[in-house]
Amino acid sequence: MAVPTGKWIASGLLLLMLLAFPFAFPLPHPRHVMIMIFLYAMLAQAWNILAGYCGQISLGHAIFFGLGAYTSTVLVRQAAISPWIGMVAGAAVAVIVSQVIGFPVFRLRGHYFAIATIALGEIIQTLFINWDWAGGARGLFVPIKRPDSVLHLQFHTSKQSYYFIALGLLALAFLLTWRLERSRAGYYFRAIREDQEVAASLGINVARYKQLAMGISAGLTALGGTFYAQYILFIDPESVFPLSLSILICLVAVLGGVGTLWGPLLGAAVLVPLSEGTRILLGGGGKALDLLIYGGLIVVISVAQPGGLIALLGRWSRRTSVP
Amino acid sequence: MTAEILLQSMLSGILMGFVYALIAAGLSLIFGLMEIVNFAHGEFLMVAMFSTFWAWALWAMDPVISLPVTTAALFLLGVLTYKGIVRWILQGPMLAQIFATFGLAVFVRSGAQFFFGVDFRLIRDPWIQGRISLGGLFIGLPQLAASVAALAAFGFLYWFITRTETGLALQATAQDRQAASLMGIDTEWMFALGWGIGAACVGVAGALLAIFFYVFPDVGATFALLAYVTVALGGFGNVPATLLAGVIVGLVEVLGGILINPALKYALVFLLYLVVVLLRPQGLFGKF
Repeated sequence: MAVPTGKWIASGLLLLMLLAFPFAFPLPHPRHVMIMIFLYAMLAQAWNILAGYCGQISLGHAIFFGLGAYTSTVLVRQAAISPWIGMVAGAAVAVIVSQVIGFPVFRLRGHYFAIATIALGEIIQTLFINWDWAGGARGLFVPIKRPDSVLHLQFHTSKQSYYFIALGLLALAFLLTWRLERSRAGYYFRAIREDQEVAASLGINVARYKQLAMGISAGLTALGGTFYAQYILFIDPESVFPLSLSILICLVAVLGGVGTLWGPLLGAAVLVPLSEGTRILLGGGGKALDLLIYGGLIVVISVAQPGGLIALLGRWSRRTSVP
Repeated sequence: MTAEILLQSMLSGILMGFVYALIAAGLSLIFGLMEIVNFAHGEFLMVAMFSTFWAWALWAMDPVISLPVTTAALFLLGVLTYKGIVRWILQGPMLAQIFATFGLAVFVRSGAQFFFGVDFRLIRDPWIQGRISLGGLFIGLPQLAASVAALAAFGFLYWFITRTETGLALQATAQDRQAASLMGIDTEWMFALGWGIGAACVGVAGALLAIFFYVFPDVGATFALLAYVTVALGGFGNVPATLLAGVIVGLVEVLGGILINPALKYALVFLLYLVVVLLRPQGLFGKF
């Protein structure tokens, strides 16, 4: 557990800066950008646990995001149950679904696994589009509650509370990954990623640990889904279940650095402002300039440095620190 | 539900199936050569459709005329993709292999969106239009032409792989790269050629589809997903089997649409994929 003190100090400083940020920037837009960074970073971190550490590249994580969003929203609408309970329920639903999905698809490997997760994502999106009880293609509004309340997880006057909740979710994802990195399960995950046969021959129950990684990853992703529903206050299958969201989650992690603790946050800190920046510059309008840049970046990263930006930074800092 | 409707749907399912098969054949060929899934395959198709559309819109070239040009352009795109991107990730981790072509897909698709916008475009008054009646069943001439041409292209591909020296060298490279290079086969060129031919397949398919299908930046996504299903059904790397698999996908799509629920037709195709790969991970006709 020998972590260099320099890293602790840097992490502490970063946390302090993030905590102070909303007081330095009272306007809604900077706060919104930060909230989006936190949300995407925590989603990418959740994906990272399954894909980065355990090596199972899922291209269907929007399934769990959507389940989180839908579970809490349906509970609020049908039974007026607080979104906080809905959040936990959403995570539970996502974990259960992930285990049901995982049982068959973990028999597949590599490309076959990735394509199977795309297929599952498409199936579940189609089901929700055609499921009228859950709003169908029209989607669901979260009933507006005034005044702002923590209990209802709705804040209309200021984004400050959303900011701290998103930061809290990100911190949770970080702590979980950090603990996992040093745990027995974390080592098993990496062993499975490196070589499944060798891992199995050493006595690791490969199927069980893949399911564990999938469950943790799905549950965390669902928490993000509930947060999104309460933040935007409207969900439909096009916004919470699309393949493009599944891909975006991967891109954030791949850009930052897969299988590392800080990669997802770094990726989100680069991609979200890039996305917001091009939108301001071009006024949106479906120009997709941000995706054009993302796509190019991902190709370059995959070819030149599959370790992501964090590996580039590492190489650079090693080179400069050598006397 | 009359027998007539059923027959009519099955006929159009089979016709579309041939086009799906041609798209999937390119994917399968590349996978057989180097075990890489081209996640930008649908975007290549979209490029071919746009190329056909712009040839018509700018220079009044009918799709029939521009087809060879589009095919050649796509061949070049495939070779360039191999030389510029894929060659560098062959020895890389799984993640790099998946995301390099995925990144390319996002890049090409948003590039099309950036330059052409999200509008749906259609080629008006192509040479091939109208329909013919066949004992009470109607067949759209564009669809018929597309499936016949797709079948012909498929036959050509099969002949090329199994009967020509270059084709046999391709097969040898797919079986064992080291042994092939010891036999004096330039495996590097074989890989590039494989990507060229794989992309040329969607070049032909895209030019044919553009005659009767809307052209827009996202058009490749659905076809690509169907192509993955087709390839997996036939067995990755098994090019001839994709023909039958393509017809199965075409039939499931239309029959699921009319017998169960049109909204669920793609979900049914994906379900079929999951069932098949879970029961037979090597695909219906896979050998290993």
